[in-house]
Amino acid sequence: MNALSRFFDSDFAYSFRRAPVAVISTLVLLICVGGAVLAPMLAPYNPFDLASLSLMDSFHPPAFMAEGDRTHLIGTDDQGRDMLSAIMYGTRISIFVGLLAIAFALTVGISVGLLAGYMGGTVDAILMRIADVQLTFPSILIALLVDGILRAALPREFHDKMEIWVLIFAIGIARWPQFARTVRGSTMVERGREYVMAAQVIGLSSRRIMTSHILPNVLGPVLVIATLNLGLAILDEATLSFLGVGLAPTEPSLGTLIRIGNNFLFSGEWWITIFPGIMLAAMVLSINLLGDWLRDALNPRLR
Amino acid sequence: MALLEVEDLIVEFPTRRGVLRAIDQVSFAIDPGEVLGVVGESGAGKSLTGAAIIGLLEPPGRIAGGQIRLNGERIDNLSPDRMRPIRGRQIGAIFQDPLTTLNPLYAIGRQLVETMQTHLPLSDRDARERAIKWLEDVGIPAARQRIDAYPHEFSGGMRQRVVIALALCAEPRLVIADEPTTALDVSIQAQIIALLKRITREHGTAVMLVTHDMGVIAETADRVAVMYAGRIAEIGPVKDVVLTPAHPYSEGLMGSIPSLEHRVERLRQIDGAMPRLTAIPQGCAFNPRCPSTFARCTTERPNLLHAGPTQAACWLHAKGAANG
Amino acid sequence: MFPFILARILQAIPVLLTVAGISFALFAYVGDPVAQMLGQDFTLAQRDAMVHALGLDQPLYVQYGKFVWAALHGEFGLSYRLAKPVGTLILERLPATMELAFCAATLALCVGVPLGVYTGIKRNGALARLIMILSLIGVSLPTFLIGILLILIFAVLLGWLPSFGRGTLTEILGYHTGLLSLSGLKALILPAVTLGLFQMTLIMRLVRAEMLEVLRSDYIKFARARGLSTRAINFGHALKNTLVPVITVVGLQLGGLLAFSIVTETVFQWPGMGLLLVQSIAVADIPVMSTYLLLIAVLFVAINLIVDLLYYAVDPRLRLNRRSLTGRG
Repeated sequence: MNALSRFFDSDFAYSFRRAPVAVISTLVLLICVGGAVLAPMLAPYNPFDLASLSLMDSFHPPAFMAEGDRTHLIGTDDQGRDMLSAIMYGTRISIFVGLLAIAFALTVGISVGLLAGYMGGTVDAILMRIADVQLTFPSILIALLVDGILRAALPREFHDKMEIWVLIFAIGIARWPQFARTVRGSTMVERGREYVMAAQVIGLSSRRIMTSHILPNVLGPVLVIATLNLGLAILDEATLSFLGVGLAPTEPSLGTLIRIGNNFLFSGEWWITIFPGIMLAAMVLSINLLGDWLRDALNPRLR
Repeated sequence: MALLEVEDLIVEFPTRRGVLRAIDQVSFAIDPGEVLGVVGESGAGKSLTGAAIIGLLEPPGRIAGGQIRLNGERIDNLSPDRMRPIRGRQIGAIFQDPLTTLNPLYAIGRQLVETMQTHLPLSDRDARERAIKWLEDVGIPAARQRIDAYPHEFSGGMRQRVVIALALCAEPRLVIADEPTTALDVSIQAQIIALLKRITREHGTAVMLVTHDMGVIAETADRVAVMYAGRIAEIGPVKDVVLTPAHPYSEGLMGSIPSLEHRVERLRQIDGAMPRLTAIPQGCAFNPRCPSTFARCTTERPNLLHAGPTQAACWLHAKGAANG
Repeated sequence: MFPFILARILQAIPVLLTVAGISFALFAYVGDPVAQMLGQDFTLAQRDAMVHALGLDQPLYVQYGKFVWAALHGEFGLSYRLAKPVGTLILERLPATMELAFCAATLALCVGVPLGVYTGIKRNGALARLIMILSLIGVSLPTFLIGILLILIFAVLLGWLPSFGRGTLTEILGYHTGLLSLSGLKALILPAVTLGLFQMTLIMRLVRAEMLEVLRSDYIKFARARGLSTRAINFGHALKNTLVPVITVVGLQLGGLLAFSIVTETVFQWPGMGLLLVQSIAVADIPVMSTYLLLIAVLFVAINLIVDLLYYAVDPRLRLNRRSLTGRG
């Protein structure tokens, strides 16, 4: 309790309360995440329940339009799925993929960064060269190519079953280098500190020193970057799904929903694509605004 | 008439925890051709005073009171457009670190020519000739060949010479030198001070020399102002302040100058540290560290009082003070 | 100058050979090229003949050598999907992508840099703040969503601009361009804006950040103390120093344009390399993918080389001690 009240009295909390943008972004984000996590309880329909779908219900416009009805607040899609429910479940999938992809990228990045920073020499040179080469290419391109390669390499049925994991792998593998670089940088600083030398002197194994001594000390900065990368990972997923190499329409993420809706843009059913789009934009915008504010707040020079 | 007069200058910084007064009612004057040394510890307000005079206080810092007059005319309330022609032309400035004060992407000659042409009606050719002359003057060897060289091609000491040329090339009547030797190698410091002394004397330029190095002041300045916690503690001719300081703080500062003539067992130092702006004590700001504090010091803030040849902000010099 | 370029080219060769290695590995091992070529029914003899014809029975290094040699001659095999030489396919699509990327880059630079300078100088101005907020929205909106919104507004609702294709093409020396006809230009507007918008906001924010950084520096303070005009300080001294880091990022961003053109081309059905790649990935058309990978690597190396040359032109420090700044990447 004491720590909590200290936190609320800190400069950090003070500048947070003083920044309406940060407060609003946090609220929007909480609503998005809350709606997504609690989708099975809150959503009016279950969009995965194929039995309940009826083509009779398809292309209902939103309730506020002349032909709309109250049963589907923001309309239905081509298969009669309730858009609101689909978006809630879609956000759930988008956040799930984004989180796991970042977790995967973090695991790889931290391991490589620790190893490169602690070992130095050839190990460091090789690992960082790989990271550098990969960093030259935009991550979305890497994710796309990795996805394409796995699509070709894995047997068809297996790939379809594992689609979401393939996607997580592709997005994660495209984002590890910058985590690795950050961790490597901090590890090289920590390696020179007394406590590491002390640990070496008492004969702890390198592995032990890296995981239980250096790791806790280098985690801070990389976690901040990871938070900022979450928004990007969610966008990556949406982009891949939009390009049609991501998730299938039977289990739609926000990107898939937008892709489906895009087919009906010209026939006037704009809501199928616009509402998932707004959701995606609102979520990523809040993450970016929050990240922007966080970076400024943690950088004393800009105050 | 004095060239520069600063009267009751107040500089404030609004912060979350209230308004901080970084400079509190500072007054002094500089005559044409005079060298005024300004000394004090880091954070005493020396550099801020210089920045306020030249109109380059970093926001949110602002002049909250007092006047700054150049040739009898106020310059503290001028618009940026009217202040700009004064900078460089009337008041020059030399900064601390020559490694960062020169634009790395332009040849030094170009920077000189640009500065002169901003203020003086010179043709390209005349400006270039004059730039070469200036570089020779400040002791850059082979100036004619090196005029098109870039800052990174010079050593720190040489760069500070270029900075001095840049500050003086539009012939200002006053130059504010803010710690001009602090960032330099010790062996170079004396050369740069000698150069500054010589070149300002030749051009009749007055100097406000900001430093925390009493040794530099002692051999360069005509008069010296000692600053402490945003106020002037003592001001007077350099000889008197150095030899017979009237303020206990100046006395402490002078005690910390090593001397070749007098062998001392150990250099004296002043106990404690200068208070932060957020916690300036009541009364005289120096009272917690002062060896001669008495009752009045903790309640009333002293203004500058006559103390023989100098003026000191110390109750010891008030008429009928405790021990006289 | 010359040894500098030579060193950069020599440094690029291992990178290119590595990418070629990945590309080759894809080509030779991912999926089953023989099955892909022969279709469903084939005899063992046919299979062996095919393996021999493709050179798959030769040692690895020979295959790799042949692959690189063929690639240097523009031969990249046949597309599984279209049964046409990949080299020809890509060459047909290259002009469309290049025109799109070029227009988007021009847009991003010509609008992004001035806006960045403006918002940097007028840090606290109302208009500058508005631009910054809008730019954050620009950064957060995914490319495909911007494309869809633009289509909805300008093609569906207003009907002013076409939403797909390249319009009428003009042929000059076997090169098909859309830049010379009205319908071609009109067709280019929406895709170019879509593709350029994201890079534009990025460039703007970067220029602004650098500008703020530089305006705080000692040499700008010193320039002010010398009474130089605001114009000379902002555009002469500050902007030029801003350019050094900006060039690197802009260079990388231009590479990013090529990648994001994949998305834009899909939204607008723009017949470029990106659309070809997406269509090929969907059916696992490995020769196209591996060739695309190789081509992108070459383009990126070329862009990096140009960035280095620009560096060299802007920063005099580089001309003297070459090693100090080249250790960048």
